[in-house]
Amino acid sequence: MWLRRFSQIGILLLFIGANKWGWNILIGNLSSAYVFETFYLSDPFAILQILLAGFILGADVLIGGLIILLIYGIIGGRVFCSWVCPMNIVTDTALWLRKKWKLNEIQFHTPINRNIRYWVLFLALILSVFSGVAAFEFVSPVSMLHRGLIFGMGFGWAAVAVIFLFDLLVLKNGWCGHVCPIGAFYSVVSKYHWIKVQHTVENCTDCMECFVVCPEPQVLKIIGKKSGSINNGECTNCGRCIEVCDDKALKFIKREKIIRRNENE
Amino acid sequence: MQRKENTTSRREAILKIFQGAGLLSLGGLVWGAFLNKASVSKLSLRPPAAVEEEDFLAACIKCGACVQACPYDTLMLAQPQDNIPIGTPFFIPRITPCYMCVDVPCVPVCPTTALDINKLIPSDKVSTPENMDVNMSDMGVAVIDEKSCIAFWGIQCDACYRACPLINQALVLNFERNERTGKHAFLKPVVNPEICTGCGMCEHACVTEKAAIFVLPRKVAEGKAGNFYIKGWEAKDENRLNEESKESDIKGKTTKKSYLNDWEELIDE
Amino acid sequence: MSTTRREFLKNSAAASVATAVGMSLPMGLQAAANNAESGWRWDKSVCRFCGTGCGIMVATKNDKIVAVKGDPAAPVNRGLNCIKGYFNAKIMYGEDRLQKPLLRVDKSGNYSKTGDFKAVSWKRAFDEMEKHIKSSLKELGPTGIGVFGSGQYTVQEGYAAVKLMKAGFRSNNIDPNARHCMASAVAGFIQTFGIDEPAGCYDDIELTDTVVTWGANMSEMHPILWARVSDRKLSNPDKVKVVNLSTFSNRTSDLADIEIIFKPQTDLALWNYIAREIVYNHPDSIDQEFIDKHIIFATGPVDIGYGMRKAGHPKYSAKESVINEKQSAKTVSAAEGISLKYLGYKEGDTLEMKNAASAGKHWKIEFEDFKKALEPYTLDYVAKTAKGDDNESLVRFKEKLIVLKDLYVEKQRKMVSFWTMGMNQHTRGTWVNEQAYMVHFLLGKQAKPGNGAFSLTGQPSACGTAREVGTFAHRLPADMVVANPKHRKASENIWKLPKDTLNPKVGTHFMKLMRDIEDAKVKFAWIQVNNPYQNTANAKHWIKAARQMDNFIVCSDCYPGISAKVSDLILPTAMIYEKWGAYGNAERRTQHWKQQVVPIGDSMSDTWQIMELSKRFTLKEVWGAQTIPGIEGGLPDVMPEAKTMGYNEDTTLYEVLFANDEAKSYTYPDPIGDGFDNCEVIGDKRNVVGSDDKEWKGYGFFIQKYLWEEYRKFGEGHAHDYADFDTYHKVRGLKWPVVDGKETQWRFNAKYDPYAKKANTGDFAFYGKAFKNLPQGGLKGPDADKGKYDLSNKAKIFFRPYMDPPEMPDKDYPLWLSTGRVLEHWHSGTMTMRVPELYRAVPEALCYIHPKDAEKFNFQQGDLVWVESRRGKVKAHVDTRGRNRPPVGLVYVPWFDEKVFINKVCLDATCPISKQTDFKKAAVKVYKA
Repeated sequence: MWLRRFSQIGILLLFIGANKWGWNILIGNLSSAYVFETFYLSDPFAILQILLAGFILGADVLIGGLIILLIYGIIGGRVFCSWVCPMNIVTDTALWLRKKWKLNEIQFHTPINRNIRYWVLFLALILSVFSGVAAFEFVSPVSMLHRGLIFGMGFGWAAVAVIFLFDLLVLKNGWCGHVCPIGAFYSVVSKYHWIKVQHTVENCTDCMECFVVCPEPQVLKIIGKKSGSINNGECTNCGRCIEVCDDKALKFIKREKIIRRNENE
Repeated sequence: MQRKENTTSRREAILKIFQGAGLLSLGGLVWGAFLNKASVSKLSLRPPAAVEEEDFLAACIKCGACVQACPYDTLMLAQPQDNIPIGTPFFIPRITPCYMCVDVPCVPVCPTTALDINKLIPSDKVSTPENMDVNMSDMGVAVIDEKSCIAFWGIQCDACYRACPLINQALVLNFERNERTGKHAFLKPVVNPEICTGCGMCEHACVTEKAAIFVLPRKVAEGKAGNFYIKGWEAKDENRLNEESKESDIKGKTTKKSYLNDWEELIDE
Repeated sequence: MSTTRREFLKNSAAASVATAVGMSLPMGLQAAANNAESGWRWDKSVCRFCGTGCGIMVATKNDKIVAVKGDPAAPVNRGLNCIKGYFNAKIMYGEDRLQKPLLRVDKSGNYSKTGDFKAVSWKRAFDEMEKHIKSSLKELGPTGIGVFGSGQYTVQEGYAAVKLMKAGFRSNNIDPNARHCMASAVAGFIQTFGIDEPAGCYDDIELTDTVVTWGANMSEMHPILWARVSDRKLSNPDKVKVVNLSTFSNRTSDLADIEIIFKPQTDLALWNYIAREIVYNHPDSIDQEFIDKHIIFATGPVDIGYGMRKAGHPKYSAKESVINEKQSAKTVSAAEGISLKYLGYKEGDTLEMKNAASAGKHWKIEFEDFKKALEPYTLDYVAKTAKGDDNESLVRFKEKLIVLKDLYVEKQRKMVSFWTMGMNQHTRGTWVNEQAYMVHFLLGKQAKPGNGAFSLTGQPSACGTAREVGTFAHRLPADMVVANPKHRKASENIWKLPKDTLNPKVGTHFMKLMRDIEDAKVKFAWIQVNNPYQNTANAKHWIKAARQMDNFIVCSDCYPGISAKVSDLILPTAMIYEKWGAYGNAERRTQHWKQQVVPIGDSMSDTWQIMELSKRFTLKEVWGAQTIPGIEGGLPDVMPEAKTMGYNEDTTLYEVLFANDEAKSYTYPDPIGDGFDNCEVIGDKRNVVGSDDKEWKGYGFFIQKYLWEEYRKFGEGHAHDYADFDTYHKVRGLKWPVVDGKETQWRFNAKYDPYAKKANTGDFAFYGKAFKNLPQGGLKGPDADKGKYDLSNKAKIFFRPYMDPPEMPDKDYPLWLSTGRVLEHWHSGTMTMRVPELYRAVPEALCYIHPKDAEKFNFQQGDLVWVESRRGKVKAHVDTRGRNRPPVGLVYVPWFDEKVFINKVCLDATCPISKQTDFKKAAVKVYKA
């Protein structure tokens, strides 16, 4: 948990430091960053939108996008959501308060299900084609937040506040779990990611604590039923389940091991 | 999809699909409308070497690298209230103009060529950051409101002129006699749009309450003559033939089919 | 409008004056009629800034200035203004106006040199001043106190200050910042004409065919006059020529047909080149009749030093002494080896500065001597010596010099030569001023409509106050001087002083006042309308002296600046439109205005401060015998005679100098003051607690009118005549001498100047009285056998050679530094930097440098660099593309910005005759900060 915060805040600090104090470790923001003034890292989702919008991008940034794509493809795309994305801090705070104030007990009926994000993703790409601009980047509250933190927020706070209130009052894990197309994008990307949460059913006591903390509980279908890895791309590898599991029934595992284990069985 | 199929009737399923499609198109409509509106606000001034605004909006990844590179804090990333596509870099000369750094630090850092160094490379030089010529920047063009410009009143001001980094090129003084006083001259500032880079130092220096000289994006500030007529007295003007020309969207007079047969109309009273 | 004017003139009592001036009054009257309806009041005034003297109208509403407009009836500017004048309405309302007297105190509230400023009452302020003046007088005598005066004093303030210092304290230690700006022009005028100030007027601009600017960036420094020059050029572009001579390229070149960039100091050689061409190659261009009738030739010594301290002063560093050694002797340079050959010097010789203390002496020579001395100034020598731009070919430079010479010598061509600080701030400033008259006299192109060498002034009342009133260490009003017993006597009569009250010993000039404070010879100084600690070269010395030595510095100011910061007591002071006053501009035009609004906070005018201080001194304290260094026996005790005049020992200076019977005869109310404030006379709504801890209710008599009327007695009948107080409140200024209600456009010209006509010496009479009885001799010196020559009504053509300045670039300090102003800001920026728009337009002083030099020192546009001399260094951002374009080897840094305190870098060398500092030449190095 604190490791995740450290990662999120640390990355932001490196960006802010570059802007305010002239460090050159990470220049830019989460959309695109210039690392140690030697190579670029770029947001592959943003790049995809730009390409669809009809702009031919240079090699630097494409490679930067590919690097990120590969990294997340390997370690699990939604690691971005839980380890990098600053919006996660906001939504987690909302979640924490929800629990604290027992708002979970009041549940609205909303037409929003967890698949909405795939539609939003689809729309973003389609609209990019038609409008000639990177559609989601124009409205993305996530970008507003990390940009805002680095370069000054303006009314970007409002967008962040809306998400916070949405998550707090309307829908548990509303933004990250239901709407955000970045999450959707990385879910798709990390279909075959290598680092996964491994469940050992023998140790499981069916305490269901993992279900309570999981931001994407639909991925935990196998818990208490059978051993194996959480394969769903929607898993953010946040490790909360591992943290709460007192029974050593959950741990991170590399893909190859899984494969090998499967072979062994 | 999480729900079990067997609990849903076929009817419900169809309804769900329509519902989804409806929501999707509604969302798409609103979102699309917003994008449309945001991307047509053409009044933003971009960093030097920005590509055409349409391409710029597509290309800019909104990373802020140019903003970080700017030593004068001239460049800002648009925030929701700025009425400029969010996250894109822009500047307001009245607050801080572009000071025209010789090494143009904001341009080479752009990862997506939304800021394209090639726009600042003289035709006889190779495309490296060292060869950039900041005076080739085209951030906009300065426009003078002659009604509120006090130099046009006869006041000896010309603060803009002296602030211009391309003094006597982009901004020149036009000396004219002041018939009213009979013994003073007007020293009127005149912009040469061909040379003006739109840095906005003139706008920043202007001493009127609201600047009487201000920078507009070139497309907003400039008209365009069709290229079906070429200036006979200017050899280079022929180059305009290479430009794309747009068919006029207005129509001339047309006659109906019956026109020639309707001669009676002429004597009808 | 013409009918209104005619109707008005028929009826007006002031018609005679108005007709004489060609001036219309109705606009003001109409305005008055409209005032009641509009809710604001328009009244005429003048611009606060430069010496141009533009007329403005000021609108006040609810005791605040809400707007100004150029006065369409003002002949100078016809309703126009420059960018500074445009903001006159805003200059008084900066957020940090000083509102209360501030004194440095310790924790228990006692004055302490090292304390912090704390607000005190006016009474406390005057108590402290009184205490410190008295202790300085006791310890050091009248020379132990000093006043840093101003060319921005109103006429009345300057007059009151001079009267208090010279008649009251018997101290000549009052000198204006105009010393930094006009002194060389004054010395040039006095030595050449025997009387101060220009012969011509601005109408010359419309009448001339040629304008040559010599070290005058008129487009930025005199914008309204520049608009007139521009108009003249446009009126006949082929005929009218404009030439700009400067040491760097500036905006004045925009209009110029020719721009001549010369090496600093070589204007001395350029003038001589033109003179040589006239004398040797164009003798037909000489106006021989004029020369024969009205001119004599003269010269003076060259071994006069550079107005610096001698080397070895304990407070000067070894580095500084390298330059200061030249005050005693210098090695003759290659260029001087040629120019000083006529005195027997050659390159490498040592030139002992034997005449440093008698730099101003001069004697009559013959034309043949003059001609011989000019011989070396051939085109080759001058072009080689003077070419200022390495990128220009010698051939091209020579071509330009020939064109310039041809313009001057063209018989029918009318010529005006304008100059300002380039020629005045010069270690040979007096010489180069005289050279201008030399050329114009030879050609007979002086004191004629459209013809003349014309010195422009920098400050709004450098002429009107500093020069005409004589707020200089050596002067009395109306061109009289303290050293002349007749002048002292005349002044004592007007001032009703006992005989020999006035001190005959010239006081300390501005630079020397600073040096005397550093030498503990002066322990009390009062700064008025001026920012000496920012505007004086080699500033670190003076700031250290003020802050680290035992002395008491008082600063009267409206805004906090460097001078206030280094003072011990700060007095909040009323600004221009918060008081009645008068300024005199560069064309001798005197313009009065009325108080428009009540001052901000507890500010009070300088006049009030001077008069309140005078209440603290009784005659027995100042009119007894006084020791004066340099006068054997000192000043006599004048009390016995004073008693016969009706004064007694306890009579205060206030009663003698300001509140005497004559003063009280100017009663108030007076119709001129109807409807206007007058804080000094009737107090004001603020009921400021005054110098006696009582609410201030006014003096009760019309002090400003009294001071004016008494002051004008000095000049009446002496070619310095002014009109009466009331007249000036009806007209848009008048050019003195005002004789029989008529102003004078061209002095010394019998057609226009009644004094010249009266002299009855033909078409011209140079009737000035100073230095009109000269020894005679040759180029090397006067010849006692020849006796003296009386040159009444004649003027002089001086021969003055080229000499190097004391500090020139070398390998350690490879660049010239020139300083100056910018159009947007006034002097030290105290007022204009507080006008937000002007501050935004030009927020800081830049270091202008040639792109090649920038490349050489590895600078980029905008880099922060050090500019360092032997005396100090400042940081500034470099500019290679802006308004000023120095040639290779020279940098230009304006001085308005206290953050770029360039006077720490400048050299405190002066013209030895005029004592004016050369702010235009110093050697510096630049490197990245």
